[in-house]
Amino acid sequence: MNVVQAAESLLALSQQEELEDLSKDDPLSPSEDEGDIDGERKHKKLLEAISSLDGKNRRKLAERSEASLKVSEFNVTSEGSGEKLVLSDLLGPVKTSSSLAAVKKQLNRVKSKKTVELPLNKEEVERIHREVAFNKTSQALSKWDPIVLKNRQAEQLVFPLKKEQSAFAPIEHVLSGWKARTPLEQEVFNLLHKNKQPVTDPLLTPVEKASLKAMSLEEAKMHRAELQRARALQSYYEARARREKKIKSKKYHKVLKKGRVRKALKEFEKLQKVNPTAALEELEKIEKARMMERMSLKHQNSGKWAKSKAIMAKYDLEARQAMQEQLARNKELTQKLQAASDSEEEEEGAEEEGELVPDAVNEIQMDANGPNPWMLRNHSRGTKEIKVQDPEQLPEPVAHEASENEEEDRPGAEEEILLNEFEERRSLRKKSGLSQEAELVSRQEPKDSSSQEVLSELRALSQKLSQENQQSGKQNVSSARTVLAVQREEPTEAEEEPLLLQRPERAHTVEELEELGKEGCFQNKEVPRPVGEGQQSERNPDNQPGAPKEKKRKEQMIDLQNLLTTKSPSVKSLAVPMTVEELEDEEERDQKQMIKEAFAGDDVIRDFLKEKREAVEASKPKDVDLTLPGWGEWGGMGLKPSAKKRRRFLIKTPEGPPRKDKNLPHVIINEKRNVHAAAHQVRVLPYPFTHHRQFERTIQTPIGSTWNTQRAFQKLTTPKVVTKPGHIIKPIKAEDVGYRSSSRSDLSVVQRNPKQLSIRHKKHLKKNSVD
Amino acid sequence: METAPKPGRDVPPKKNRLQAKKKKPRRYWEEETTLTAAGASPGPPGNKKRNREPRPQRPKNANIAKKSRVSRKRQLPKKPRERRNLEPQRSVSGAQDPFPGPAPVPVEVARKFRRIDKSEKLPHSKSKTRSRLEVAEAEEEEISTKAARSELLLAEEPGFLEGEDGEDTAKIRQADIVEAVDIASAAKHFDLNLRQFGPYRLNYSPTGRHLAFGGRRGHVATLDWVTKRLMCEINVMEAVRDIRFLHSEALLAVAQNRWLHIYDNQGIELHCIRRCDRVTRLEFLPFHFLLATASETGFLTYLDVSVGKIVAALNARAGRLDVMTKNPYNAVIHLGHSNGTVSLWSPAMKEPLAKILCHRGGVRAVAVDSTGTYMATSGLDHQLKIFDLRGTFQPLCARTLPQGAGHLAFSQRGLLAAGMGDVVNIWAGQGKASPPSLEQPYLTHRLSGHVHGLHFCPFEDVLGVGHNGGVTSMLVPGAAEPNFDGLESNPYRSQKQRQEWEVKALLEKVPAELICLDPRALAEVDVISLEQEKKERVERLGYDPEAKAPFQPKPKQKGRSSTASLVKRKRKVMDEQHRDKVRQSLEQQPQKQEKAKPLRARPSALDRFVR
Repeated sequence: MNVVQAAESLLALSQQEELEDLSKDDPLSPSEDEGDIDGERKHKKLLEAISSLDGKNRRKLAERSEASLKVSEFNVTSEGSGEKLVLSDLLGPVKTSSSLAAVKKQLNRVKSKKTVELPLNKEEVERIHREVAFNKTSQALSKWDPIVLKNRQAEQLVFPLKKEQSAFAPIEHVLSGWKARTPLEQEVFNLLHKNKQPVTDPLLTPVEKASLKAMSLEEAKMHRAELQRARALQSYYEARARREKKIKSKKYHKVLKKGRVRKALKEFEKLQKVNPTAALEELEKIEKARMMERMSLKHQNSGKWAKSKAIMAKYDLEARQAMQEQLARNKELTQKLQAASDSEEEEEGAEEEGELVPDAVNEIQMDANGPNPWMLRNHSRGTKEIKVQDPEQLPEPVAHEASENEEEDRPGAEEEILLNEFEERRSLRKKSGLSQEAELVSRQEPKDSSSQEVLSELRALSQKLSQENQQSGKQNVSSARTVLAVQREEPTEAEEEPLLLQRPERAHTVEELEELGKEGCFQNKEVPRPVGEGQQSERNPDNQPGAPKEKKRKEQMIDLQNLLTTKSPSVKSLAVPMTVEELEDEEERDQKQMIKEAFAGDDVIRDFLKEKREAVEASKPKDVDLTLPGWGEWGGMGLKPSAKKRRRFLIKTPEGPPRKDKNLPHVIINEKRNVHAAAHQVRVLPYPFTHHRQFERTIQTPIGSTWNTQRAFQKLTTPKVVTKPGHIIKPIKAEDVGYRSSSRSDLSVVQRNPKQLSIRHKKHLKKNSVD
Repeated sequence: METAPKPGRDVPPKKNRLQAKKKKPRRYWEEETTLTAAGASPGPPGNKKRNREPRPQRPKNANIAKKSRVSRKRQLPKKPRERRNLEPQRSVSGAQDPFPGPAPVPVEVARKFRRIDKSEKLPHSKSKTRSRLEVAEAEEEEISTKAARSELLLAEEPGFLEGEDGEDTAKIRQADIVEAVDIASAAKHFDLNLRQFGPYRLNYSPTGRHLAFGGRRGHVATLDWVTKRLMCEINVMEAVRDIRFLHSEALLAVAQNRWLHIYDNQGIELHCIRRCDRVTRLEFLPFHFLLATASETGFLTYLDVSVGKIVAALNARAGRLDVMTKNPYNAVIHLGHSNGTVSLWSPAMKEPLAKILCHRGGVRAVAVDSTGTYMATSGLDHQLKIFDLRGTFQPLCARTLPQGAGHLAFSQRGLLAAGMGDVVNIWAGQGKASPPSLEQPYLTHRLSGHVHGLHFCPFEDVLGVGHNGGVTSMLVPGAAEPNFDGLESNPYRSQKQRQEWEVKALLEKVPAELICLDPRALAEVDVISLEQEKKERVERLGYDPEAKAPFQPKPKQKGRSSTASLVKRKRKVMDEQHRDKVRQSLEQQPQKQEKAKPLRARPSALDRFVR
């Protein structure tokens, strides 16, 4: 609003001005002076109005004007009344007078004093207090962490914690009241006295006592703590040094180096002041070090200048020359003074290579000559080739030199030549590599062929074997047919026996089987059947040709039968039951009974298989059929929904795990869950375990006294916390767990690392400082 | 005749004697632990003595020695968690223990007490879990060493019978054995001539001290067979089908013609259980306090004798039941049926846990050994078979007998007795954990009448045989466990001790529904409901809280972590996971293919003609 008003006033003012101007223009002004003054005033007004626009000094300064008849130029004007009065202005004139010195001083003091900052508001202060307090207490409490952890993991805690010191040497006290009475005792004591053994009062010798006294427990603990601290500090510094050493930043190292140099310089200056001779020596040393460094090959082409030249050298001839010069100078400087008896050519060659070959190649060659096994291994191939090629190629550049000695631009040309050579070498190397590869391949080929031969042989063998197997299998089958096939009467049932099929065939000669039968061992399931049944099967041979599946099923069935009707050796027992001995015709009857039982047995097996099949069917999860007959097609009597539709709306349940009795034809194992027993089982995994097998392992061992010795039982069932009745259980103290004293250690913790404040707190502090 | 009364009878031993034994006989749920060394060592070679006597089972001095040792041990001040005791202690005089530290324990012995199968690989676990597992394993090791060390206390060795070189032990008659053994053992062989009341069934009490027998014509008697003191003798005026002691010798269940009756040791009828009618066979499961009855009507009924309630009545649907035995290892009841099957029952399930087809004819007798590993069956087809009960139910060996065995019984150490007509044959295996080999009988004995009941006496090398002409107690060296558990079944216990034991046993009664084929399965987590609960939780929360967070690549150095490279890295990890999955599925596939292959026969040229 104010702004708007100001703008309006401004507008009004300008209009007024215009009007006035107009009025000025029309009648000629009576006096120019007056007009000037008036104009000035107006201008000021305008400025003020504009300055008041920004809203800060909105208050309009009331214009002070006196009604005076004469306005002289010496008069005080009210112009500049808006300016502040500054203390120095006032003090300026006071300077000369000495009487006002005290006042001036006072004033100066007032001036130097700054205003007190506004105190933080209450919440802020409280928060800071809280944080500081929190940090302090958390640090003080953190020393309890290991103890808490230990107590949590402890198998047993006994409260009250403070144990009574078990009396170590009550024997002395016990013995002090005792005296030798009997003559034997006296004699013994006499002997002991003779040997200067301490008898009654101090059982320990003075030396032992002194050694015991030498270090009290408290002291030892203190000492240990100190040592620990020292060790911790040392390790801390070591770790820090290691960390700093690892830093890869160049800038960091540069800064570090600079700092070091500066420090050294400072020290040097100090030294100069204190001990100039020592300083001179130091200076010499530094100089020497510098010289050594410059002399060494280290800086020949790794400086900034050299690097830039190296880059430019490819394009710029001058740069190339400069580099050459530098290198030559370097050579000169570093060359040992010696008799020039050595063959110059060699040297030259070496020089050339040293000069012009790129660093990497240099390195490799040096390595090849030198004893660095690592590099050697890596580059062995390349170096070898180089070695091989060197004698051929080295003379060439020499020859070139000889021919091109006169030319001025020799180094450049030479370099080009060398570069060309390297190119050639590279290509050669590649070729050789290729050829090697080719060789390898060619070498491999015969191998392959040989291996193929072996393979083919193996294959042939395996084929033979398989053929034999097949034959034997066929024989088996045929023998099974001839000997073992029995239950032809029930092929339909046999077809519904998928579970019994998956049995591996095992070939056995009849003799073997018989032997096995004699042993009475039935682990292999194919046991010869009684001959009578074989005859039975021979009676109806026209049934034999059948599908192989059926045969297998037959075998299965027969297996099951064999399981039951086994021919085992009769008892050679001395005591045969009376009835058997007495009755001669018992045997006949027995035979009859046997046959009868055999017939009955067939029934038994069939019934059992049927039962098993039913059980299997019942335990299988049922498919859900959602087909609606007549929906979307014709329905009615005798019409079935189409196969496609049935397929589409049949929800197949996933096949469960295989039955336990899948491979046991003579067993039906109930797969139902024992819900009552399951109620007693653990069904929630306790905390640290993530897999049920882990937890099961921890509950394998029984705890009860029935399965354990008394000691073990007691150990397994000890309570986690034991409290002594009639004792006051006081809270844990620092002394109880081996700390010195709670208050001191708290303080020490706080003092030792005042910087270890929480990040949040640090931030807070920063904020405060900024404010 | 043993005249001296055992300390258990007249002089009640001190209390701490009960603590003497640390080792117990086997329990249903216990894992197979062969307490006594597997080698029932056949004695020193070249022993000229013709037949070794069965060792006198409990020489008194051995007991005393044990007692004293243990009592000394117990006097040690026992502090919880003392480790310092194990360290060699230095006396004030400076003398040192010449054998510092705990006594060494042979690894072999300790291994049989191990229960954690370390060969089984565990999924990767966090450090916290790993520490828990380590604690559990260390505990197990310590416990097993302790158990192994306490085996020293099993001082008794099993008896044995050994013929001279080449001589068949089966030829050795009872009279010879009796002649050779000491008087106390010889007194254990006796015959009771009871021709009047028909064929007898008999049963020993769990401690092996008492014998009860019931004749077909109603004669029921119990006696302390060691001292031959008759406790009661009654005639129930009804046919007695079976007889069985309950948890102690004080109670006796008799299956009479109509109902099941329970008598006490005075012969007073305590209960008549009419819900169990026409019972033919009885079995008692001591740790569950269950009396299992098989009836003519085809029902298997479980009666909880501690509360007098019928826990379960299961219809076997297989007609008359008259062949029954219990598996002492897992308390499963085995029933033999006329269709040649043996069915395994638990009160928790309405259907049999398993059904095994054993014989072509009906099953006549079934017996299961004390470790629950072997089952012997005999059928109408005159066969005697031994089955392996550990998962496969395969017959291990079989033998045709001239006349099928009508009764079978396993002894504590795995001897198998079969009653065939009037002959009892006993077969022995190599050791305790091996099945009896049916090649050669170990012992044979002819009785004066047809065998009607067989029962090995616990903790005594004695086989009780009930037959037409009465009851015979015959000596079978090496039949029983030589070391008994004084806390569990103490033959010498006083009445007070028996009462104490009864209370403790009742407190430790195992619920009937825990009976299952594999008792170790109870120590497993119920995975199905675990999964179910997890699924429900995921549904409820809308996300899986335990799911592994998807891989999020960490931002790398400045300038290296462009979005493209991040995505590339992410893709890499995803691909790796995918590859793992594919690999796994590929590993599973070949199995299926292998399974599928044998179905298709090898293609042959002639196949085209097959229609």
